[in-house]
Amino acid sequence: MSAVEAIDLRRSFSSRTSVLRRAKETVEAVRGVSFVIERGEIFGLLGPNGAGKTTTIKMLITLLLPSSGSAKVLGYDVARDAVKVRRRIGYAFGGDRGLYDRLSAQDNLRYFAELYAVPPRTQRARIGELLELVGLRGREKERVEGYSRGMRQRLHIARALLHDPAVLFLDEPSIGIDPVGARELRATVAALAGQGKTILLTTHYMFEADELCDRIAVIGSGRILAEGTPADLKSRVRGGRVLEVETFGVLDESVDDVRRLDGVRSVTVEARTQSQVLHVSMDSEAELTAAVLGRIGDVRVGRVASREPTLEDAYVELIGER
Amino acid sequence: MSRWGRTARRIPRQFAVVWWLQLKMLAADAFSGILQIVWPLFFATTAFLMFRISGDHELVFYAGLGATVMGIWSSVAASSSSALQRERWLGTLELIVSAPMPFALVLSSITTAMATIGLYSMVATLIWGWLVFGMSLHIVQPIAFGCAVVVLVFAIAMIGFLLSVTVVRYRSAWAIGSLLECPVWLLCGLLVPVALLPVWVRPLSYVLPPTWGVRAMREAASGTSPWVSLLVCAVLGGAYALMAALIGRSLLKSARRQATLALT
Ligand SMILES: Nc1ncnc2c1ncn2[C@@H]1O[C@H](COP(=O)(O)OP(=O)(O)O)[C@@H](O)[C@H]1O
Ligand SMILES: [Mg+2]
Repeated sequence: MSAVEAIDLRRSFSSRTSVLRRAKETVEAVRGVSFVIERGEIFGLLGPNGAGKTTTIKMLITLLLPSSGSAKVLGYDVARDAVKVRRRIGYAFGGDRGLYDRLSAQDNLRYFAELYAVPPRTQRARIGELLELVGLRGREKERVEGYSRGMRQRLHIARALLHDPAVLFLDEPSIGIDPVGARELRATVAALAGQGKTILLTTHYMFEADELCDRIAVIGSGRILAEGTPADLKSRVRGGRVLEVETFGVLDESVDDVRRLDGVRSVTVEARTQSQVLHVSMDSEAELTAAVLGRIGDVRVGRVASREPTLEDAYVELIGER
Repeated sequence: MSRWGRTARRIPRQFAVVWWLQLKMLAADAFSGILQIVWPLFFATTAFLMFRISGDHELVFYAGLGATVMGIWSSVAASSSSALQRERWLGTLELIVSAPMPFALVLSSITTAMATIGLYSMVATLIWGWLVFGMSLHIVQPIAFGCAVVVLVFAIAMIGFLLSVTVVRYRSAWAIGSLLECPVWLLCGLLVPVALLPVWVRPLSYVLPPTWGVRAMREAASGTSPWVSLLVCAVLGGAYALMAALIGRSLLKSARRQATLALT
């Protein structure tokens, strides 16, 4: 039995466009998503804002009913067996919310331990263990309102683990956390996977997905655009190279000219404070440096370098394709 | 132990822990704490002044007991109508809904904490009445009086529970709560005896649990048997809880379909 199985999940939202007008607007947030997560896997759902990641997760954790399609978690249907699913899963959303600021970390965990019916005899030990795991030991008596984002996020994860769920859903866990905090968080997630938990993680950070996930599904506009191991996804752009050209004041028309060159697959422009860096993804055998520089025109050019494609390039290419 | 035995032991514990921690949060909210003490004193003073004119000590005591309950109801009316909204803002509503503990149990425990906070104002009003207006604090049956207070707090909490699930659909839920504050004071005989109300509103008084709870308190204080009133109060409270639980359930069903749990 797989840990999670989603079959052609769809979800649309209808909302009134305005209070006065009766007209309804329908947003199709998820349009036919299917995937399977095996036990013990870390599966990443990678996609830009509004791609439908949160909506997909909310259907899996039984907070939203699918408009159509179905999903099973540990063999239980998310629509029909919601209570059974809820007992076996934990979830944490990124961001500041979802905790009682006026209570200490320990009281927050006590509260949710009761909500999750953690047996009173094991509660105290369990809370201690989790505080240790997420590195909040010693700070548990402080009110959460004084916590940093990273600490809050780790507390979220501790909360999600109280009842020792087999499957853990993490929605953008590292959002808004400083790099050090994010690294600690990744270490925690990796440690959990080491204990055999199945984890579904959403993120829009490529390196995070690359570092943590066994498999990744790239999602855009409610559809899965590609799925595979990080290496699989990279190999989609492998056999290719990426040319990075730093320019100062490149024109949009010139970028379009570069795009039209034979052997160029895609071009993205990364705006820095003073310069723009063109990432030109191209076939490996093509020798296009001179041609690209020629099309850029009369603007000043800084550093030029050629490199192997990364997961980010694969992602950009996939998202750009739709 | 059997499964039912475990569940039977778990439920009171869950209720108690949620109640205690929610109470801790409400108490930490210093501003509303002060407001909750001062606000009822204002009304209690009005009541004392009104009844003092009569020069009848019994009447002052009668009014005083009513005023102590006003604070409990104010606290519940104001906060329970936005109880769900508050959890939604905190981002904890989804967590509560998706936890295995029954939603009705969590929510009724939260509104019970809100009613319990109102006990502060009860004590404050009694002390105020005693210090400033010379109200006698002689209670003939203290144990029965204590029971009446506990049952009354629960019953008011269950009205709050019902309120919390019914008004959540409306944007101005909090306003509905404050709108209900005064009518309940009047209908339940907190300010003037129910017997003085027009005949046609009395049925309304009799289906509101505080009417019976306050009556039980007054009976216990003056030495007549409060148990019948107490029982009616408890039964009505139970009925409100049941209604609220059913409404809460259909609310959750529709929320899952229409995506109304999260603020985002
Ligand atoms: N409750 C809702 N009501 C209306 N539209 C929604 C709701 N939740 C999400 N959406 C819309 O659905 C789309 C997908 O959102 P979401 O799943 O949150 O994306 P992601 O998590 O990938 O950023 C977005 O266009 C969003 O505006
Ligand atoms: Mg999201």
